Amino acid sequence: MSNKTEIRYLSPVDIEKRKQSKYCRFKKMGIQYIDYKDPDFLMRFLNEQGKILPRRITGNSMKFQRRLAISVKRARQLALLPFVGDNLK
Amino acid sequence: MNPVLSDEQVRETVKKFIDHLKDKKAKISHEENWGLKKLKYVIQKKKTGFYYLLEFQAEGSVINNFEIEFQRDERVIRWQTVKLDKFAMEYADRRRKKLNEKSKSE
Repeated sequence: MSNKTEIRYLSPVDIEKRKQSKYCRFKKMGIQYIDYKDPDFLMRFLNEQGKILPRRITGNSMKFQRRLAISVKRARQLALLPFVGDNLK
Repeated sequence: MNPVLSDEQVRETVKKFIDHLKDKKAKISHEENWGLKKLKYVIQKKKTGFYYLLEFQAEGSVINNFEIEFQRDERVIRWQTVKLDKFAMEYADRRRKKLNEKSKSE
């Protein structure tokens, strides 16, 4: 009777594995300094509302995430990037 | 770094700040005019602004006075002074070279 509720598989179920491991773009490309004057580049690390994407999505290292945040905030101050926005991409 | 007004007045303001720096014996290594640009959000009911970039070397007390000068000037609606570390210096050098090459080829 207990078998009714239990689901059994004959072969092990394929659990999707992550194909590519995340990496830090800045480390890989050898970028040392993140320019606040380049809004198109910074746009890649923002979501549609203009928020900074978290590290768990972009895979940036802590060091560069910190620097990225600083330059994004500088760009916002100079109106190169919006503080809030809709459909940026 | 970005006033909003007619182009003649823009040149005047920029000149005023450059002269101010030169008076204080600061080294200006680079200047760049970005021209009229759209602002991503409204500042003082304005949607566009002139952008101007200055790269210079000066002592801290000079920069303090320089910032006060920005605050006094009504033509400047937004400004920012940023300290350049060694990576930033490298980047700025490369950027300058690129821009020079571009202007030569044109």
